[in-house]
Amino acid sequence: MDTNDSLRVASLWHSMHAISQQLSPTTGCSEIELLEADTFDLHIFQSLTGTKFFVVCEPGTQHMEALLKVVYELYTDYVLNNPFYETKMPIRCELFDINLTQAIQKDRVALLGR
Amino acid sequence: MQNAELFTLTYGAIVRQLLTDLEEVEEVNKQLDQMGYNIGIRLIDEFLAKSNVSRCVDFKETAEMIAKVGFKMFLGVTASVMNWDADGTCCSIVLEDNPLVDFVELPDTCQGLYYCNILSGVIRGALEMVAMKTEVTWIRDMLRGDDAYELQVKLLKQVPEEYPYKDDE
Repeated sequence: MDTNDSLRVASLWHSMHAISQQLSPTTGCSEIELLEADTFDLHIFQSLTGTKFFVVCEPGTQHMEALLKVVYELYTDYVLNNPFYETKMPIRCELFDINLTQAIQKDRVALLGR
Repeated sequence: MQNAELFTLTYGAIVRQLLTDLEEVEEVNKQLDQMGYNIGIRLIDEFLAKSNVSRCVDFKETAEMIAKVGFKMFLGVTASVMNWDADGTCCSIVLEDNPLVDFVELPDTCQGLYYCNILSGVIRGALEMVAMKTEVTWIRDMLRGDDAYELQVKLLKQVPEEYPYKDDE
């Protein structure tokens, strides 16, 4: 997915998130956390500041909430703490990408045992 | 802590440079607040990610969070919360220890300077990102002769994220 595709998905999700809040059949429900489809699962984490993090994975993948929390920490360390990153712009921080890849690799090793 | 001194000296250098560049003490106060605000809007996510706290039930909990967890995490000191008003929307955060002001004495030419004004901006910016509009002002300042650092934090209003969808359109 290139930047434009990501932006399209993100804005689509932003609207769906708003609609789902209004449609929720249970009270006190604040957001969608998981979307289960035939070929993928979509996990979402929303911080208290409203920033949303998504991960798309194979159906049934475990520990995605933990991964999202790790990504949140990486975001605060390498993106927000970078004085040259402009908020709300696409993230082009090399350190973030490197650490993100490492975090996912570590996760895969833990999950697949290799 | 070795880097604490560097932090204090760096902050001091910033304030001195601002005084040289802006000359007016009131302008420096404003600039420090603005810098603090720019830090606060980013710092809040780091705070939330690292402290793993859940949403505060009310403003009282928010204030305690700032004083006990926030100040500890970022400045290594704990503060206390006191002087709540009747509706629980205004309180004071009191710091006895303040690493920003180690070695600092304000000269007479800097009357009216709020040396630590970056802190008021940080709190204001951080709270704004979690849907609270606040006013943060200094009540007591040890560099001005008081016995402690006291910040008044007043909740002006909650501003939950609004979606631009109206049912009747």
